[in-house]
Amino acid sequence: MNRATLVGFQVLVMLVTLAAWHLLTAIPMADGKPLVPPFFFSTPGDVFARIWKWFYEGTIWRHLWITLTESALAFVIGSVGGVLVGFWFARQPLIAAIFDPYVKMMNALPRIVLAPIFTLWFGLGIWSKVALGVTLVFFIVFFNVYQGVREVSPTVLANARMLGMNERQLMRHVYWPSALSWMFSSLHTSVGFAVVGAVVGEYLGSAAGLGYLILQAEGTFDIAGVFAGMFVLAAFVIVIDALVTLVEKRLLVWRPDAADTRT
Amino acid sequence: MGGPTADAMPAGTKSVTAAVALNDVTITFRMGKGVTYTAVSDATLSVADGEFVAIVGPTGCGKSTLLNVAAGLLAPSSGSAEIFGSPLSDLNRQAGYLFQADSLFPWKTALQNVAIGLETAGTPAGPARQRAQEWLQRVGLAGFAGRYPHMLSGGQRKRVGLAQVLIRDPKILLMDEPFGPLDAQTRQIMGNLLLDLWSADRKAVLFVTHDLEEAIALSDRVVIMSAGPAARIIGDWRVPLARPRDISDVKLDKAFHDLHREIWNVLKDEVLKGYAQTGGG
Repeated sequence: MNRATLVGFQVLVMLVTLAAWHLLTAIPMADGKPLVPPFFFSTPGDVFARIWKWFYEGTIWRHLWITLTESALAFVIGSVGGVLVGFWFARQPLIAAIFDPYVKMMNALPRIVLAPIFTLWFGLGIWSKVALGVTLVFFIVFFNVYQGVREVSPTVLANARMLGMNERQLMRHVYWPSALSWMFSSLHTSVGFAVVGAVVGEYLGSAAGLGYLILQAEGTFDIAGVFAGMFVLAAFVIVIDALVTLVEKRLLVWRPDAADTRT
Repeated sequence: MGGPTADAMPAGTKSVTAAVALNDVTITFRMGKGVTYTAVSDATLSVADGEFVAIVGPTGCGKSTLLNVAAGLLAPSSGSAEIFGSPLSDLNRQAGYLFQADSLFPWKTALQNVAIGLETAGTPAGPARQRAQEWLQRVGLAGFAGRYPHMLSGGQRKRVGLAQVLIRDPKILLMDEPFGPLDAQTRQIMGNLLLDLWSADRKAVLFVTHDLEEAIALSDRVVIMSAGPAARIIGDWRVPLARPRDISDVKLDKAFHDLHREIWNVLKDEVLKGYAQTGGG
């Protein structure tokens, strides 16, 4: 299937879904009412009118910006922490062994229960959301970097030593690139979780952001607002994901593609 | 007998200036729970400066283990290794090691991979790159400097590996079945390339292989190891073939066939034993 046909089918799926939605919620049946009450499911027309209004009036930008800021901060702080601690643990097996049960415990904890505590600690502003995102991003990056440092091919390592590398050079030329490559391979997941942290945090208590927008709409049974918020959020994530793909392609040029079966 | 150097250094002699001397090396691995596995037992072997020695033995006989001792990557359980007369206690700084498995840095281009060995020794990046480019040319990869290892074929990666090791100009070259994963034609080409590069400044070479033909075609001496466990060195032959050699031509030589038959008679039993132990793997 060529690309045009593929996109054609993808658009078709969207059109069919929208048409069905419209048919069920906006077209009156024999009794004068649509099959599905629009109060619970809204209608495509209402939802898009709402999205249009948000962008037209410009109210959405502030919320998008807040969510973006929270996600970005959570991603950066979580990644830096994950890289540093992952590196440290991998190079100091004793430290790793001591902290192992606690790391597992922290990671097993559903992060959402931390949200109220973070709100208490950091207030209703962006930092409680950032903190929630950090707890999610940190562990993903941490485990990947830890793995990346420990799973450097023994042959590559022996080769590096035979080529005369000292401990510092091993760090720079072997462990560091290996750890980074593992981190980048989890970029999609960690960026995704940064956004999840931000939105969930907003949803649980905030004054701005996409999560807040959805929460507000729910509070007033404004289903069109809820759906509009979800669509904007989905589009936001898709755009970020596309950016991550671009960055990834740039940074991991040396990596074989998944389709490349050479070992 | 081959060249004049061959007569000057009789087989098996431990000369004072041997580039590599392994004395009664035994290597025992602890497998846990008090179980031990002796890979190599009482191996004594010396490689003179400028000599090309091949170690041949059945699969799993501990050839690579012995090579790791010479590289200083593995300390022998008993016995000692001496490099140019001084005992080896840490990594062998005089040796370059060409590994069997992929050992290039996948995140570095071919050029960076070759240059790194000089950079670690303190050569500034500029001159190091320039020398690396020259070496890539020497191994026939001048146009591939910007490629990452995964973009190269198996043979090309071995060429980069060879350049990576040789650019440091080691006095000793240790090779662990370096051409093992390559197809027959590529192996022959790589063998000739190796002989070509080696003849320029005759380093001491210790070349591990399970391929007897390759061993005879390349080396001055062929050392045979028995099947493991506790593999021993059971034979040491001098190769009476003149240099420079071309690997495909040399295989047509009568002396080649005579020696091959002679060694194979000894090796055959060990190979069968080796297969019996490893289940044919």
